[in-house]
Amino acid sequence: MKVLVGVKRVLDPQVKARVKADKSGIDLTNAKMTMNPFCENAVEEAIRLREAGTVEEVVALSIGAAKSEETLRNALALGADRAILVLTDDVLEPLAIAKIIKAMVEKENPDLVLVGKQAIDDECNQTGQMVSALLGWPQATFASKLEIVDGTAQVTREVDSGLETINVNMPAVISADLRLNEPRYASLPNVMKAKRKPLEKIDISDLGLDTANRMTTLEVMEPPARASGVMVENVAELVEKLRNEAKVI
Amino acid sequence: MSILVIAEHDNASIVGATLHTVTAAQQMGGDIDLLIAGNGCSVAAQAAAQISGVNRVLLADDISLEGLLAENVANLVVSLAGNYSHVLTAATTFGKNFMPRAAALLDVSQISEISEVISADTFVRPVYAGNAMAKVQSSDSIKLITVRITKFDAVAETGGSATIEAVDAVADSGLSRFVGVSSSESERVELTSAAIVISGGRGMQNGENFHMLESVADKLGAAVGASRAAVDAGFVPNDYQVGQTGKVIAPELYIAVGISGAIQHLAGMKDSKTIVAINKDSEAPIFQVADYGLVADLFVAVPELDKAL
Repeated sequence: MKVLVGVKRVLDPQVKARVKADKSGIDLTNAKMTMNPFCENAVEEAIRLREAGTVEEVVALSIGAAKSEETLRNALALGADRAILVLTDDVLEPLAIAKIIKAMVEKENPDLVLVGKQAIDDECNQTGQMVSALLGWPQATFASKLEIVDGTAQVTREVDSGLETINVNMPAVISADLRLNEPRYASLPNVMKAKRKPLEKIDISDLGLDTANRMTTLEVMEPPARASGVMVENVAELVEKLRNEAKVI
Repeated sequence: MSILVIAEHDNASIVGATLHTVTAAQQMGGDIDLLIAGNGCSVAAQAAAQISGVNRVLLADDISLEGLLAENVANLVVSLAGNYSHVLTAATTFGKNFMPRAAALLDVSQISEISEVISADTFVRPVYAGNAMAKVQSSDSIKLITVRITKFDAVAETGGSATIEAVDAVADSGLSRFVGVSSSESERVELTSAAIVISGGRGMQNGENFHMLESVADKLGAAVGASRAAVDAGFVPNDYQVGQTGKVIAPELYIAVGISGAIQHLAGMKDSKTIVAINKDSEAPIFQVADYGLVADLFVAVPELDKAL
C-alpha cells in the first residue's frame, strides 16, 4: 500500500498573528514557520502504518512557495520516503488545493490520502473533504483512531457529541485530528538523511488546472478588543461582582 | 434569493445550532427553507416547521441517511442546491463534515465559519485562532457557508408555520458505513448550549480534582469544560475541550480555573460575555482577557467559591 500525505507550511502556532498595517493580510515577514500541527498527525500516522508493515511507501506532498521545501524536508526527516512540491506563489483556496491533490493522486495512485483536518492559518477545514469528493472516494474526517482491516478503514471520528465510528472503503481520504497519535520529533541523523531523499518539484502551471480563487479578501482586521478587566482580592469579592456588577449568577 | 439551511437534529428535535444558523440566513435576506435529512426524522421535521422565519421544511427521510454519512448527505445537498442562492449549515462537526464535500461537487468554494454577514456576498470570518478577522467577498453563483453559531443569536423555536414537503433522498453511495457513536455520559447541560461554563486546565493536576469544578457547576447549572492541556494530560475526555481544536463557545459566564490561556484556548472562549480567571500565576495570559481575575491557589479558591454560592 502507498500513502500520500499532505503537509502545509504555516505560521508557528505559538506565535501571535499580527495584522499588517494596510489590512491586506497577516505579516509573515521573518515570522517563524512550521508544519501545520494537524499535518504532523497525518505524517505520523502514515509513518506508523509503514512501520507496522501495512504500507510500503509514504509520499509527502506540499503546495506552496519554494520555502515549503523546508516543511517537506521535515516530513522526510520524520520518515516519509520521498516528497513532491507543487510550486505556486499564490495563496490558494482549498478547492484549488483539492484539485491539485487530485492530480497528484492520479499521478501516484495511492491507496490512502492522509491530511490534517484543518490548517491553523486560514482555518478552513475543507481540503480532505473536497479531495475525496473530487476523486469520488469515501472520506473519514477528524480521525482519532485508524485501523485498516480487510481492505477497509475503520475510523473513530471526534464529533461534538463524543466519538463516532465509521467504516470506509479504500482508497479513501482521512483527515487527522490531534488525538490520532503523538507526533515524533526528527532525530539529527534523520534530518541529515532527509536532505538526500528525493524531492520532486512541479510548477503549478504544468498541471493545466483552473485554480483561480473564488473569494476576494477585502481586508484583514484586528479582532475587537475586550475592555480591560479588574483583579479581585478574594473569592468573596468575586462572587459579589458576579452577582451585583456583571449580574451573571 | 432563497436560502437552504441544513438542519441538525436528533430525529426528535432540532439542535440549537440550527436556530443560530437561521439568524445568519435572515441577515442575508430571502426565503429560508430548512432541510431535515435522516432516517426516521419526521418528528424533527414537525419541530422544524415551528421555527420562526422558516418558509418550507424539506424532509428527506430514508435509510440511506442513517448515521448521516458525508457522502450521502453531500449528494442530497447537491441535488437540491440548484434552487438556492445560499446553502448554510452550522460549523459543527456535522456541518463541517459534509459541506466542503458538497461544495467541491458543485465546483464552488466554501466560506467557512462566518462570524458576520456584511451583505449577500460579503462575510467576515475569523482566521489565525481568532487573532484576525478576514472580510471576504465570494464570486460563486451558489454560496456554501458554515456559520460560527456563537456569533449569531438564536431565532425562536416556535411561532413559525412552515409547510413540510418530502424530497427524494439519493441512493446510498456504498462507500462508507456507519458503525456507531459513543457519547460521554453527563447529566449536566451541554457545553455548547450552557449559559455558564467552568473549565479546568493543567493546574487541576488530575481528573479526580475536576469533581471540585463539577460541584460548583451543579450549583450554577453550568457545564464543565477543559483546556487542551487538561485533555492531553488525560484528566477528562476530549469532548470537554474548549479551544481552536475543540469547541468554540460564548456563554454568559466563563470561569477558567488553572488555565494559563494559550492562544488556542482563548480562540474557543474569548467571545464569552463575562470571563473569570482563577490562576496562581499573576502573569498568566488568561488574565488579559478576563473581566475578573483572581490570583489564588485554585485548591483554596474553588472550595471557597463552592461554599459562597
